[in-house]
Amino acid sequence: MISLIINGKTTKVDADPNTPLLWVLRDHLQLTGTKYGCGIAQCGACTVHLDGRAVRSCVTPVSMASGKQVTTIEGLAETALGKTVQAAWQEVDVPQCGYCQSGQIMAATALLKENLHPSESEITAAMDGILCRCGTYNRIRAAIQKVAKHPLLAEQSGGAK
Amino acid sequence: MKTQMENQMENMAAQNPSRRKFLKESTALMGGLVIGFYLPIKSGRAYAADAPPKLVYPPNAFIRIAADDSITIVVNKSEMGQGVYTSLPMLIAEELEADWSRIRVESAPVAAVYNHTGFGMQMTGGSSSIPSSWEQLRQVGASGRILLIRAAAQQWGVPEGECHAENSQVIHAGSGKKLSYGKLADAAAKLPLPDNVALKSPKDFKLIGKATKRLDTPAKINGSAQFGLDVYLPGMLTVLIARSPVFGGKVKRFDATEARKLPGVQGVYQVPTGIAVAASGFWPAKTARDLLEIEWDEGPGAALSTPKMRAEYLELAKQPGAIARKDGDTVQGFKAAHKSISAEYEIPYLAHAAMEPLNVVVDLKPDHCSIWTGTQMQTMDHAMAAKTAGLKPEQVEIHTTFLGGGFGRRANPRSDFVVEAVQVAMAVAQPVKVVWTREDDTRGGNYRPMWSDHIEAGIAKDGKPLAWKHTLVGQSIVADTSFEAFMTHNGVDATSVEGAATLPYVIPNLQVELHSPKNAVPVQWWRSVGHSHTAFVVETMIDELAHLAGKDPVAYRLGILPADSRYRGVLQLAAKNAGWGKKKLPAGHAYGVAVHKSFDSYVAEIAEVSLENGKIRVHRVVAAVDCGMVINPDGVRQQIEGGIVYGLSAALHGAITLENGRVMQSNFHDYAPLRFSEMPRVEVDIVASGELPTGIGEPGTPPIAPAVANAVFTLTGKRLRRMPFDQESFA
Repeated sequence: MISLIINGKTTKVDADPNTPLLWVLRDHLQLTGTKYGCGIAQCGACTVHLDGRAVRSCVTPVSMASGKQVTTIEGLAETALGKTVQAAWQEVDVPQCGYCQSGQIMAATALLKENLHPSESEITAAMDGILCRCGTYNRIRAAIQKVAKHPLLAEQSGGAK
Repeated sequence: MKTQMENQMENMAAQNPSRRKFLKESTALMGGLVIGFYLPIKSGRAYAADAPPKLVYPPNAFIRIAADDSITIVVNKSEMGQGVYTSLPMLIAEELEADWSRIRVESAPVAAVYNHTGFGMQMTGGSSSIPSSWEQLRQVGASGRILLIRAAAQQWGVPEGECHAENSQVIHAGSGKKLSYGKLADAAAKLPLPDNVALKSPKDFKLIGKATKRLDTPAKINGSAQFGLDVYLPGMLTVLIARSPVFGGKVKRFDATEARKLPGVQGVYQVPTGIAVAASGFWPAKTARDLLEIEWDEGPGAALSTPKMRAEYLELAKQPGAIARKDGDTVQGFKAAHKSISAEYEIPYLAHAAMEPLNVVVDLKPDHCSIWTGTQMQTMDHAMAAKTAGLKPEQVEIHTTFLGGGFGRRANPRSDFVVEAVQVAMAVAQPVKVVWTREDDTRGGNYRPMWSDHIEAGIAKDGKPLAWKHTLVGQSIVADTSFEAFMTHNGVDATSVEGAATLPYVIPNLQVELHSPKNAVPVQWWRSVGHSHTAFVVETMIDELAHLAGKDPVAYRLGILPADSRYRGVLQLAAKNAGWGKKKLPAGHAYGVAVHKSFDSYVAEIAEVSLENGKIRVHRVVAAVDCGMVINPDGVRQQIEGGIVYGLSAALHGAITLENGRVMQSNFHDYAPLRFSEMPRVEVDIVASGELPTGIGEPGTPPIAPAVANAVFTLTGKRLRRMPFDQESFA
């Protein structure tokens, strides 16, 4: 049994330690917001946070996540920053098919957590690993740029961090 | 596709002269207003169809109003990103006078009432959701409004004419009495459907034409939107299939001893498409599949290699083909031409590469089959699933989930992914989820066909085109499918030559010929279908003629387009917005232009391009679109943005190639969609129009490749005639 802390809750799963975290989240825990796109860290649809950092869960063995804080899209709204990123996404109406958006939002939130005022090139660098076939990149950029000034962020105690 | 389809529809309408059949059913269900009816509408264009006789309707076809005033719209088109879960409810809500904030959406089950009004089957494709629903769903909404008003008037004992509907309420003007739709739904549901339904004049639209936020966004930003891959049933197994590495190959023998030993593996089964591994989840299934030892009987597909096929195609392009269009006399035209040029084009196979790989969940019982999948073609999949399982159609149900991209791949004329999943379910005898890995999806065929084109063109002394001969070589996507009979005529599949045989320029001597070779590679429609390659060859060659004539490419096009052409409006708008011929671009930057009509919509795109370290860099795209009346302007912008990205991915990077029958690409590292860092700025402008609404999902895609190629010519003097462009070097 492997012990995991997912979105603040401790869970135990019976999985081969080499199983990618992605498939433990999906197949064992039915946390299906985290998506499978490529399985080789090429598309970023599976992006989750491990101790606050964005990782590709499709190439992260579940054993590596043990004892660390795992945050998925389902738990993102528990922080002021996560909630604000989602609000910005809503205002810009970013998604089309929506399949990649969990990964996009998780990557953007990890960026903003470190750097609430990223430059154009910092946004590009942070987001370049997350593919979107529907072409929402410009809206993603616009949404990220909204977050720092968003009233929702200031409103909530604790702010960005 | 459209031209042929239009003809077909007109023929059908002519054969059955019955005009407006209201087949209706009004049934109270769960305390809601329920309107179930089928409106065969002659909208003045493509989507005229007559109701097949004796349809059986589900009671709640499109609208359900609950006692709490919430309104559920049942949408009969698949949501794959193109926004139909917003734009189609807008059509109903406009006429229903519904409170938009209380609208929710449900996907339709498979039933004849949900058939596409033009294609006669339940499906989503051909950029036709809005044009085919424009009359139908407004009629649905208006009928609902009339019944609700009638119910209120009866309750109050006042004339209907004194009542009106607004924001999900019926109001009596004289007394100020109000009743909400939720309170009227039961009574309204018992009334017979109205015979005459007048629709609003566009000037009275409150919702249509207003930028409206997508109804599916909230679920798509918190992880709750359910895609096919997200369906989990009790006792369900995940199945991965080892398919032949060569198209058409069969299993000769296999050894699953090692695979079966793996914990979590439930069984290994031979199915018609290969060897299926069923396990407790994706990871054990994948790991076990890697341990299979399979010997394949590869068949003739193993002889396929791209260079050899290319040589054969280019040779065929020199031979006479089936005539797709013939105006004047090209032989005489070329004799009279002042200057002539000719060019060969090489266009590769393309995978759709939707972000969500194909997957299907099947729960098969002896007398019932439930399927969950993101499909664009419910009617076909439903029929094929029933046939495969040996069940009656009424024993099969399909639940359409969100589609993590479709782009045409999820509308397979052979229902390949659904049939295979049912075959697996028959073998496994437990609920199954068949999952394609990214590699399976990339290598699974059903590609946009590979093409070779040859164009010879001549201009007169005044620079205008005098003769044009275009020969296309590529597989027909409808060959050997049920679509062939009505889409292929005299050896010409209309989708193969769309955009080429229908080019808009005035050319007195014009001939378009087609070769449709066959081979083992399965091919299929891919966002914008034939236009995905014909716009490139036609619009780069027109650009060559402009330069041959010594004319500005925009002015040249305007000079050879008919005076009343709607191409002109988008071309002029894009040129104006880009500052074409006026704006001073940064050093090393150049503009390229292209204009193309597809799915009855007109799009011009101007790309600002430079070369960075020998690579093409697209900085900005200025697009202008004329798609008739606009339902949701923001949806139109999204689709043009998306269409450009899809087309640019293909133009710069996209190619599926074969060696000894094997697909050489496998995943996003070698079949690379456009990334964030490559994304140009996109500016979309929409031509104001009172014309009927036309397609928007696909028309943004075709013009981008030629616009970029034409800009590269201006920068380098080099003509790009092979896609993708990243195979060229610009030292």
